Amino acid sequence: MTDATHNLSSPRNTGLRSFRIPIWSDANWIVRIALLIGLILIVTALTAPWLAPFDPNAQSLISRLRPPIGFDRYKDGFYFGTDELGRDIFSRCIYGLRLTFALALAGAVIGLLIGGTLGLMAGIIGGLFEEIVMGLVDAQIAIPFTLIALLILSIMGSSIDVMIFVLGVYGWEQYTRIVRGEVKKLIQMPFVEAARAAGATPVRIAMRHILPNVVSPIVVQFTLNFSNIVILESTLSFLGLGVQPPTATLGSMVGIGRDYLPTAPWIVLAPAMVILLLTFAVQILGDWLRDKADVRLRSR
Amino acid sequence: MLTYVLRTLLRMAITLFLIVTLVFFATRLSGNPVDFVLGEGITKEDRDLLIAYYGLDSSIGTQYLRYLSSVFSGEFGLSFLERRPVSEIVLERAWPSLKLLLSAVCFTLVVSIPLGILAAIYRTSIIGSVVMVVAFLGYAVPSFIIGILLVLIFAYTLNWLPVIGDGTALHFIMPTLAISGMLVAAITRFTRNAMLDVLSQDYMRTARAKGLPEWIVILKHGLRNASITLLSVVGLQIAALAASGSVVVEAIFAWPGIGDLLVRSAILRDYPVLQFGVLSVAVAVIVINAVVDIAYAFADPRIRLAKG
Repeated sequence: MTDATHNLSSPRNTGLRSFRIPIWSDANWIVRIALLIGLILIVTALTAPWLAPFDPNAQSLISRLRPPIGFDRYKDGFYFGTDELGRDIFSRCIYGLRLTFALALAGAVIGLLIGGTLGLMAGIIGGLFEEIVMGLVDAQIAIPFTLIALLILSIMGSSIDVMIFVLGVYGWEQYTRIVRGEVKKLIQMPFVEAARAAGATPVRIAMRHILPNVVSPIVVQFTLNFSNIVILESTLSFLGLGVQPPTATLGSMVGIGRDYLPTAPWIVLAPAMVILLLTFAVQILGDWLRDKADVRLRSR
Repeated sequence: MLTYVLRTLLRMAITLFLIVTLVFFATRLSGNPVDFVLGEGITKEDRDLLIAYYGLDSSIGTQYLRYLSSVFSGEFGLSFLERRPVSEIVLERAWPSLKLLLSAVCFTLVVSIPLGILAAIYRTSIIGSVVMVVAFLGYAVPSFIIGILLVLIFAYTLNWLPVIGDGTALHFIMPTLAISGMLVAAITRFTRNAMLDVLSQDYMRTARAKGLPEWIVILKHGLRNASITLLSVVGLQIAALAASGSVVVEAIFAWPGIGDLLVRSAILRDYPVLQFGVLSVAVAVIVINAVVDIAYAFADPRIRLAKG
């Protein structure tokens, strides 16, 4: 009897994986490097106004197209060189990183909220609602998102708000798919049945009994989604459809610097490397979290 | 089997309908599209005339029905910029896009399937790890960065390859590589996982016990069985990944394909072209997915011979 009540009340004993944030000592050296890079990038983004030596938009005609440190014609203080308007690339990279971070974070959180809520509701309500939501998910998976982004950005114009909207919509279907799948599994668990038998409302069941158990796959998906959003944001800004000049984002720096590629490749290379560092670090961390969260993968 | 095919086709039809609807409402997201096209300084009469011309003065329901009928009759109107039917503009760019896509898909398969097999066989050795790290990181490199780096190295520094257009075979090299980057990373991973599943099966041990040479065991018994899983994944991934990859890559290399057209129309706000272009690419991707699904059913005897 005590055993039975224990099993009913505690999700931890039903064989579900419980989530624990992995720590430094669990990580191998690749993951540690990724963690370090991630941390440095976050701190850089947060402290941009103090860290950047120059105003990112300050132009100077006499110091146009100067190469980075260590080359001929290097101008003191402009570590990564200057662009076609004499702006400091180092400062622009830092501010660009900050904006990219902010946009990607906002986008990932919105996607999580929309997709997670829909998945949770689809799993719990079921019926026609679930059919419709999953039909939308299938449709979304089938269309390359870049196309939708082009359509929305060109119609609504390229402002930061629209950009956040586009990035927020991106990836919702993954959350919905994952959360709904987990909910479907959980809802048959004895502890959910017990809660329902005890008279808990659907909302209470969703918030208290189901949500805590889907945290782990959501955290993993969030990290992977974040990296994809960074790629999408920089791609759109690269194409000139994202955040508009003179505001620096990493993607638009590459896009505009492209015209100076033969003579001043550093304009492109610096932001491109920052993008790569960011996506590599996030991708590695996401994969690591996934391995940690998914017991089945551990043996492989 | 027949049920399976019918169900796949039905799902395709539903998805198509949703996309057609989605595109319609996307173009109406922020009020009247005419205002974006015309900009400032147009008289009220002219504006009303245009709104009436495009039927934007009727209710959203009527507009939607009219739009649906235009989808079925293939009448998508004229380009704002070129004053030609949009279907003509988009379709004449389909072939260059298709050529580039085929080139990228072939390259991807030729590279990533052997790599994936190697990574599965030498899973525990350094070869496997190196392949997987490269494949893994490759997935995190945006295709425009690959494209830009290729241009910097092979066009501007080494002067080996041309940047703009699709004139010669040399023109294909850089765009193909740029589109394939992400695809190679993804397909290598899938091949490795599919092979790993197969390699531990009993029939592999049986094949070895019969005394077959290792490469026959791997290719005939291993790859052939893995290819069933692979086919479905490859088909589904390639269509979507290649479509989004080729948009930006075509724009970089001024490739005269649909991707370049879409980006240009988006920047210049040529909605009729953009709308029809997005629709046709989406339709292409969905049809390819359905074909892959059905081909998968035929390739897998477990589905082909299943009842119902």
